[in-house]
Amino acid sequence: MSFPLLTATAALPAVGAIATAAVPAARRTAAKWLALLVSLGTLVLGAIQLVRFEPGGARYQLTESHAWIADFGVRYELGVDGIGVALIALTALLMPFVILAGWHDADPLETHNSRWRPTQGFFALILAVEAMVILSFEATDVFLFYILFEAMLIPMYFLIGGFGDRAHAGGDEAAATQRSYAAVKFLLYNLVGGLIMLAAVIGLYVVAGTFSLSEIAAARANGSLDMATNTERLLFLGFFFAFAVKAPLWPLHTWLPNAMGEATAPVAVLITAVVDKVGTFAMLRFCLQLFPEASKWATPVILVLALISIVYGALLAVGQRDIKRLIAYASISHFGFIILGIFAMTTQGQSGATLYMVNHGISTAALMLVAGFLISRRGSRLISDYGGVQKVAPVLAGTFLIGGLATLSLPGLAPFVSEFLVLVGVFSAYPVVGIIATVGIVLAALYVLVLYQRTMTGPVKESVRGMPDLKVRELAVVVPLIALLVFLGVYPKPLTEIINPAVQHTMSDVQKHDPKPQVEAVK
Amino acid sequence: MENLIALLVAAPLLGAVVLLCGGRRLDRIGHLLGTVLAAASFVIGAVLFVDMLGKGAEERTFTQHLFSWVPVEGFQADVGFQLDQLSMTFVLLISGVGTLIHIYSIGYMEHDERRRRFFGYLNLFVAAMLLLVIADNYLLLYVGWEGVGLASYLLIGFWQHKPSAATAAKKAFLVNRVGDMGLSIAIMLMFTTFGTFAFGSVLPSATDASEGKLTAIGLMLLLAACGKSAQVPLQSWLGDAMEGPTPVSALIHAATMVTAGVYLIVRSGVIFNAAPDAQTAVTVVGAVTLLFGAIVGCAKDDIKKALAGSTMSQIGYMILAAGLGPIGYVFAIMHLVTHGFFKAGLFLGAGSVMHGMNDEVDMRKYGALRKYMPITFATFGLGYLAIIGFPGLSGFFSKDKIIEAAFAKGGTEGWILGGVALLGAAITAFYMTRVMLMTFFGEKRWENDADGNQPHPHESPRSMTIPMIVLAFGSVFAGGIFGVGDRFLKWLEPVTGHAEGDSPVSAMTVTAATMVVLVIGVGIAWAVYGRRPVPAVAPRGSLLTRAARRDLLQDDFNHVVLVRGGEHLTRSLVYVDHTLVDGVVNGTAASVGGLSGRLRKLQNGYARTYAVSMFGGAAIIIAATLLMRAV
Repeated sequence: MSFPLLTATAALPAVGAIATAAVPAARRTAAKWLALLVSLGTLVLGAIQLVRFEPGGARYQLTESHAWIADFGVRYELGVDGIGVALIALTALLMPFVILAGWHDADPLETHNSRWRPTQGFFALILAVEAMVILSFEATDVFLFYILFEAMLIPMYFLIGGFGDRAHAGGDEAAATQRSYAAVKFLLYNLVGGLIMLAAVIGLYVVAGTFSLSEIAAARANGSLDMATNTERLLFLGFFFAFAVKAPLWPLHTWLPNAMGEATAPVAVLITAVVDKVGTFAMLRFCLQLFPEASKWATPVILVLALISIVYGALLAVGQRDIKRLIAYASISHFGFIILGIFAMTTQGQSGATLYMVNHGISTAALMLVAGFLISRRGSRLISDYGGVQKVAPVLAGTFLIGGLATLSLPGLAPFVSEFLVLVGVFSAYPVVGIIATVGIVLAALYVLVLYQRTMTGPVKESVRGMPDLKVRELAVVVPLIALLVFLGVYPKPLTEIINPAVQHTMSDVQKHDPKPQVEAVK
Repeated sequence: MENLIALLVAAPLLGAVVLLCGGRRLDRIGHLLGTVLAAASFVIGAVLFVDMLGKGAEERTFTQHLFSWVPVEGFQADVGFQLDQLSMTFVLLISGVGTLIHIYSIGYMEHDERRRRFFGYLNLFVAAMLLLVIADNYLLLYVGWEGVGLASYLLIGFWQHKPSAATAAKKAFLVNRVGDMGLSIAIMLMFTTFGTFAFGSVLPSATDASEGKLTAIGLMLLLAACGKSAQVPLQSWLGDAMEGPTPVSALIHAATMVTAGVYLIVRSGVIFNAAPDAQTAVTVVGAVTLLFGAIVGCAKDDIKKALAGSTMSQIGYMILAAGLGPIGYVFAIMHLVTHGFFKAGLFLGAGSVMHGMNDEVDMRKYGALRKYMPITFATFGLGYLAIIGFPGLSGFFSKDKIIEAAFAKGGTEGWILGGVALLGAAITAFYMTRVMLMTFFGEKRWENDADGNQPHPHESPRSMTIPMIVLAFGSVFAGGIFGVGDRFLKWLEPVTGHAEGDSPVSAMTVTAATMVVLVIGVGIAWAVYGRRPVPAVAPRGSLLTRAARRDLLQDDFNHVVLVRGGEHLTRSLVYVDHTLVDGVVNGTAASVGGLSGRLRKLQNGYARTYAVSMFGGAAIIIAATLLMRAV
């Protein structure tokens, strides 16, 4: 038996989480370094996956399969396609930066009693999330995926509810109340989604007699598993609802601004750049693959909801007074693009959507983490508390601007490639939808530049005077992310090569072909 | 030789990266490095130009393919370059004028502590602009297109501590983004129509597509051009863009970037040729902007804003010519090049005046400067004569051709467009004479600046005057060199095509008419501003004057409808999201599972208990499943 690479990639952070939690209270710094090393080790494993994955090979590679709960036909089945491997790489890549950026976020306060070990817990929870997210990208057994999909809520809940920004406008008491409200809202929304999905998972088992993705897909392809139209539609809706809550899609989005606003910046990155991607990933993997006809049936409604997300999210971002909530609404707009690309059911749309998941992860991480550094300096999330920062901290302002430009999809940076692919893919199938979605281009410029103008330009505000520029640790977080944004903007080929075959598979799952151009152009 | 093309972009791009990431160490040599790298681009361009001249007209298209950029099934975007006569004309203009303005900026920005960064941005601009004109497909052109927009944003807002500069920069970027929407949609339309957006595939196949598609593509390209080239209705950003340092106004907002829209239309000529409705729209936009800019230029007392109005108007001429189709393409580009010389020269002259006048921009506080700044006066004067179309100077050749071409459009349309172009020439003569008289003639109307410093106008240092002198040479001779013997026409015709059109009036008549309106324009300006002393405080003026001072109220419209309306919209949406969407979703959940009561209870401090029990529950489930496996 070959080395179980997929299991190892998830097991390393899981074991790391336990080890980090076990570090004695006094050795806080050791716990941080341990977590960082584990995340770097996971990154190495993720990179090995990327290298070992053959784009031209089988659909699912590096597969592992073991019996687990024989009575229900639940198996521990893992495998990655190009989309999974790309998202695992993204997760493994972002984690060291998340940890590094949150280095001091869980240092104990004076008031805490010495037995409370927030630092160890904080980093252990982050690693636990990483382990579960990676495993959920690898799971090819529906039940296994479901368990992970639900289980990752638990560490996320504690991360949101337990660790907030140091200074809060309303004082510690208000901060704690708002944090726990946000955490509970996050939990309840996602639990409700998960419950409905559980019903659908069981329903699927009743219909198909197995949880194995490959078996169901094969049975559907050769016609031995025939679902009644209504059954397929109901099952699809059960799955889609859970993913739409997580993604999040309008109108199920309202938990996200609360969660991202109250959580510390690195945890906010964890939510939007990593955990939420499980939702959009699962739409591609489960909804389209298991229920192709129902997916096509629901497409018009989903496209409209995604369009609403794009425009609505962007408009709300413009209206925000809180930096982190602004970025959260921007993410809602971006998730609209991703879902639009998935359900356009064209090659460009789906390749673009997958690329978008990766690029959005990196660009939001860059913007949010710099925003976090800014917030930690002044102790306020309110945009109006800043002004003229570029004069006192030019590097911070410059990196913030680059993160913002990536968020508005400036050509030359990675998100442009994916956003344009999505737009082209949508436009070729649904021209009107594509045209409306381009409004997002203008609105994104509006919320990013307004944010930059209000915080960074103008006369230096008294409260900002003397603000230090980025430190070495912070630069170590931001510079690699920016380099990656530039690299993937200029040369996305390594990623598209891996994603393309997987997209072709999905396209044949739903039996869709790209529209032909009207004119046979000269080559 | 063709492999040199990439270096055109690479040299200034390297400069931008080094200067912007290099840190304080480079403060002392940053400006020199930036200038040398811009000049390197010009030298490479010149070498390629000489090489190109040595080849026959059919072999003058150089190509270079670098790498496959976005390879996705059915979608091929490459990083590849195409250098033909049209691109070459731009390359020389951009790198040539660009280098001169780098040199000028060494002196102009000498006392600015962020000079290194300024040169980094300038290099970034040159790189992006060159990319725009040598890209071999529309998507890569888009990268340059937004790249120049970014550089423009950074440079307009260079003095970010001034709120007005930061606002102007944001406005420019946003208005341009509206135009970018047009470019995006045009590229998407090309993709669905032709399956590609490479020049080499789309343009030769254009005539196979339906006219409806081509009209749609053409209109979207026009929208893009309106944004970048400050044409009505997306012109409002250009006046505010004068918040940027004056060399920026000269390079980006007069000579090069704002002409990108003209390039886009001329490059896509075959699409427009087959879409007459789109062409008509182009001519209408050009004609309207031509008058709009000229009228605004008459009313401004701020020397840079008067020149900005003039830029708008002159680009209106170019867009008008480009809309005429093969009759006008060559002359659109010819006017673009000569305008590049004289307008850059005029802006640098304005910068030189400001430099000597404590950064005062109000022409009512100038006067009599010709004695104090003789070189500036001479170069500015030559630029002035060129722009109004004084016989023998650059503008005379290029603008005259556009007016002729407008008449040659034929029919009622030809008469209208020709008439507008002639009227524009008269107004140009008026407002430029006004600028000239208010600045260099008459009595001193100088005032102390806010800190009480008396102005001591003096000639600018040599690093500033030499670029002005070079540009003045261009303003004087370029038109003649291009126009005599139809040299420019023969050079560009293989790319753009050319048709003579069918003019109801002879070329001589047009020239004579142009001379008459020129004399009328100058005469009126002299009667108002030359014969009488200029009042130091602006008179109230007519209704039109007052409207023109406010950019013909378009900004007020934008403010009321877009800004105020947008604010109300977002504010009410925030409210709706908070109460309605959140409430309805929560409420639905509550009615389903009684969650809302639980939610409230949880907020009261039971959260942790609940979560712990959740966690415990999940642990039990997992343990149970594991156990079942063991059993």
